Amino acid sequence: MSSTQVTHDDARHRAAGQEPAAVRPPRRRELSLRWMALWAVTSAVGLYLILPTLLIIPMSFSDSSSLGRISGQWTTRWYVELLEDKDWLQAARVSLQVALLSTVVATVLGTAATFGLFKLSPRVRTIMQGSSLAPLIIPPVIMGIGIYILMIKAGLYGSLFSLVVGHAVLTIPFVIVAVSTSLSQFDPNQEQAAAILGAGPWTRFRRIVLPQILPGIVAGALFAFVTSWDEVVVSTFLVSPEYRTLPVEMWIQARTTVTPVLAALSTILMVISTLALLGMFRLRRARK
Amino acid sequence: MTQGTTIAGRRSSQRGWLLFLPAFLFFCAFFLIPLALMLQESLKNGFDTYAFIFESPVYGRVFRNTVWVAVITTAVCLAIAYPYAYTVNRVGPRMKMLLILLVLMPFWVSLLSRTFAWVGLLQDTGIINTYLQLWGITDGPVALVRTPFGVLVGMVHVLLPYMVLPLMNTMGEIDHGQLQAARGLGATPLQRFVRVFLPLSLPGIVAGCVLVFVLSLGFYITPAMLGAPANMMVGELLIQETQKVGATRASALGILLLAGTLISMGLLAAVWKRSARRTEL
Repeated sequence: MSSTQVTHDDARHRAAGQEPAAVRPPRRRELSLRWMALWAVTSAVGLYLILPTLLIIPMSFSDSSSLGRISGQWTTRWYVELLEDKDWLQAARVSLQVALLSTVVATVLGTAATFGLFKLSPRVRTIMQGSSLAPLIIPPVIMGIGIYILMIKAGLYGSLFSLVVGHAVLTIPFVIVAVSTSLSQFDPNQEQAAAILGAGPWTRFRRIVLPQILPGIVAGALFAFVTSWDEVVVSTFLVSPEYRTLPVEMWIQARTTVTPVLAALSTILMVISTLALLGMFRLRRARK
Repeated sequence: MTQGTTIAGRRSSQRGWLLFLPAFLFFCAFFLIPLALMLQESLKNGFDTYAFIFESPVYGRVFRNTVWVAVITTAVCLAIAYPYAYTVNRVGPRMKMLLILLVLMPFWVSLLSRTFAWVGLLQDTGIINTYLQLWGITDGPVALVRTPFGVLVGMVHVLLPYMVLPLMNTMGEIDHGQLQAARGLGATPLQRFVRVFLPLSLPGIVAGCVLVFVLSLGFYITPAMLGAPANMMVGELLIQETQKVGATRASALGILLLAGTLISMGLLAAVWKRSARRTEL
């Protein structure tokens, strides 16, 4: 009996952090060693995540026509070559068009659908929300070939329309996820209070609901825009000489050789998206 | 009173369906119908197309290679994401923010740019080979690009976030009281990890592995850029078939890839249900 009592007491002491002093030093050394190993792995993974991507910047300024050969001489000629080639500008224009149009379609349909979902019973909502995520899991090559066959049958192959709907299907899930997150934090009693005070459905939506879920809609729209702007695989099936998006143009050129011009373009795109991200952070902070 | 709420509830639910309808129709027209058309196209010559695919040693190799690359990618992702996610949950708020930002980077730098960077690093005249020769470690260039190694490095780089994020969430929810209790009962650090922490993080491991595995199966850009033609994956084969031969065989490949994806997801659901039941008990 006494022996069990001792172990019990001992356990309670240790749980409360009152360990015998003699045990402490070796354990701490062991702990710090484990931490050092953990930190070594974590830093290595962190570097692996960021470093290769950042190296594209010096690659784009290196004076060698072979990507990644560091000659020690620096140049801006790849940027000059990039800006002189009108094909890039044309592709960027098509990409912008597709991204803007598909973002509008995805944001309107996705936001309306999410509102609808929140009026349904929780069980139906969970099922619908789950299945609306399908386009994120289905491999893009499958979506690509499916929409390609549909567009050929409908006589719409090679149209701007095919690219817009193809991208909208891919990006609606992002809008639904983002708006759902906002809506789940919204207190529906507020809408009821407004209804009792005589506000119609449209006024209630515009004055009560919209201001509160706007951050969710904006986040969803941004995600949709970035995804469309970046999309290669589905677009590969749908582009025509007339409507060729920037990522597809980049991909077609890269299939022969990855030139420093592509590195220059990548650097410009990275700078733009970084600035946009920083701008968004500042905007959010300013609003708070 | 009760009747009033049901009528209001029914009306609200009707309005809900009405708002949901446009997206649903859009989804049918441009997601479900394309998949159905793909199935129809794949069966244009009956089951001959499938028979051809199953009998062809070339296609068989591509399928085996796809599954193999997906398995290795998943394993490597898990091995390096686990300690990373563990650290994220143990550091101060600023460091945590930085580590999370690093993981989220893929969502704001384009996949193509990152793949180009890997080409510049790994190719024969690239940065790594230049320094290997400069420092006298090797005499000639080491083949890094157009090898399975190149594909693995690139794919793990792209897919790591999908492993880290679920692991991070699951580990963040682990009740540290349980770990302390284990320590109180005299468990060594290793025992605490193997018997307590690891089982509690299992849902994150399963979710991350299935996500990475399923996404790897359909990969196209990275293997096409960093791999050799001999290591081709299904996604690349499907696109080549479409561009050079036509949509019929490509559709059949698509259906098989879809089946693989759905089976993996079904396995996830089954494991999920079992683990949920176990926590209830």
